[in-house]
Amino acid sequence: MIVAATWDAPGLGPASRELLGAAVRLGAALGEQVAVASLGPQGSGAAEESGGYGVAQAFVVEGDCAASGSEGSIAVLAELARELGARAVLLAADDRSAEIAPRLAERLGGTAVMHATAIEVHDERPVWTRPVYGGKALATISAASEPVVATLRRGAFAAAEVTGGAAAVSTRTAPPTDGAVELVGSEVPVAGASLEDATVIVSGGSGVGNVEGFAELEELARLLGGAVGASLAAVDAGWAQPDRQVGLTGKVVSPDVYFAIGISGASQHLAGIAGAKAVIAVNTDPDAPIFGRARLGVLMDCRLFLPALIEALRRRASPR
Amino acid sequence: MHAIVLLKQILDWELPPSRFRIDPQTHRPPDNLGPTLLGPFEQNALEFALQLRDAGIVDTLTALLAGPAESVDALRKALALRCDEAVHVEVGPAESTDPSQTAELLLAAIRRLEPAELVLAGRQAGDWDHGQVGYLIAERLKWPAVGLVWRAEHSDGRLLVWRSGSAGVEQFAVRPPAVLTVTSHPSLRLRMGSVMDRMAANKRPITRWTLDDLELSSEQLAAARRVELTRVWVPEVERDCELIEGEDPAEIAAALLGRLEELKLLTRPG
Repeated sequence: MIVAATWDAPGLGPASRELLGAAVRLGAALGEQVAVASLGPQGSGAAEESGGYGVAQAFVVEGDCAASGSEGSIAVLAELARELGARAVLLAADDRSAEIAPRLAERLGGTAVMHATAIEVHDERPVWTRPVYGGKALATISAASEPVVATLRRGAFAAAEVTGGAAAVSTRTAPPTDGAVELVGSEVPVAGASLEDATVIVSGGSGVGNVEGFAELEELARLLGGAVGASLAAVDAGWAQPDRQVGLTGKVVSPDVYFAIGISGASQHLAGIAGAKAVIAVNTDPDAPIFGRARLGVLMDCRLFLPALIEALRRRASPR
Repeated sequence: MHAIVLLKQILDWELPPSRFRIDPQTHRPPDNLGPTLLGPFEQNALEFALQLRDAGIVDTLTALLAGPAESVDALRKALALRCDEAVHVEVGPAESTDPSQTAELLLAAIRRLEPAELVLAGRQAGDWDHGQVGYLIAERLKWPAVGLVWRAEHSDGRLLVWRSGSAGVEQFAVRPPAVLTVTSHPSLRLRMGSVMDRMAANKRPITRWTLDDLELSSEQLAAARRVELTRVWVPEVERDCELIEGEDPAEIAAALLGRLEELKLLTRPG
């Protein structure tokens, strides 16, 4: 059995459809069925929906897993994985799975594979590709012990196709935890389009110069129907919130178009945009590494170029 | 409270991709490729640990590292920032690619050290980027863990920790002993330290432990491996940046939009 864990509600989001795509293809290659564990609040919608993508069994986990940090999720996934004899448990790579995957793998006596970007099957064993050295290199690895608990990078796997059908849905209750970790407060993130789901991202770096420059980026993003991102340097300078940071240590994004405005393109930033289809770079330095990654480039101070680009987009939206 | 911060020294992560190489025999960058430094996320973890000590939450701070001989520089740095003790488990570079094996080594050292109530790790090592060691240690010690933390306070015998994620900023109360992994955050840029402390650090001892000291056999260590590396390579990146030129910003902006439309990267309005 291949188990895919989702936290989406009320239906399956883009990350979960990619996850199911990978799970169904891996299942077919290994001759294993796919089960879904739906852990978020109101998870029954996602569980029901998964049947249409070729999932045989779906489990709706009831109870507030998040109240104990990751512990509740790890405990219930461990129980399910053992019961189903899972060869692999797949999760979308994000902040939550970063904590869950290694601990779940350890509890199951298996192996965690973090941020996988491809899966192949050789001799009935899955072989996993993942970026290393901040995305400068790729490694293929196989696990010495199963099950493998793998987190899959957004944008790296094709979404599941609708096959029709229904999953056998049942409910589970998360086992009680020892209370060593307790959620005591949370702040909902500042409103703004999700970077992971955005098809257009406008990101600013140190070249943007100040917080007013970021206000211009907001306007540019609005005109393009995109989301605003930032480099680590811009976050460190206090021009953008940490949750906007794109890079190895921030969000890993895979938009169709990524505007890198005043971003030099440090490796750690490039690692976060490895999945971007086209990068458009605006920078004064012709030797900036971002031009090595860009499809189109503008060699100019972005503080001069941004107002012109905004004006051109406005004129295009309402031609005189 | 005694805290142990786990450190790692890695190849300079800002080495430009054009100079980066992997030796196909060893699956690692060649030794002479560039300088090795205290990893960026270990810097965050160390700064976090120092802030906990400044706040009186931690009273004794031990820096622990498993790695090759040159990694001693990272421990010197920790001593220069006034860590109380520095411990080096010397292993070869081949022994630092498998997170389970690294966890086993560090765990043996943690068990030999004075009992700690807090183990702090960076969110991931900036070379292999597994992001597992802290969590594996937590599981093997049967301690709770909270990941990607950037701030902590004391609260009635528990630690109140802040983490940021897709769900926003969350606060957890954690009962020590516990493992925390520390994320990068503007407030966690590693402090510089004083010249006096740096000079003093050169005279301070660093504890060195071998596998024998830790009562670990190489067979035990080999048995802890979970990951078989089959191939590591530098992917070919398409480099064909087309520069958009023009007389002034307005002309370039118009040309850029035109080109984006031609490439179907931007749809025509209406």
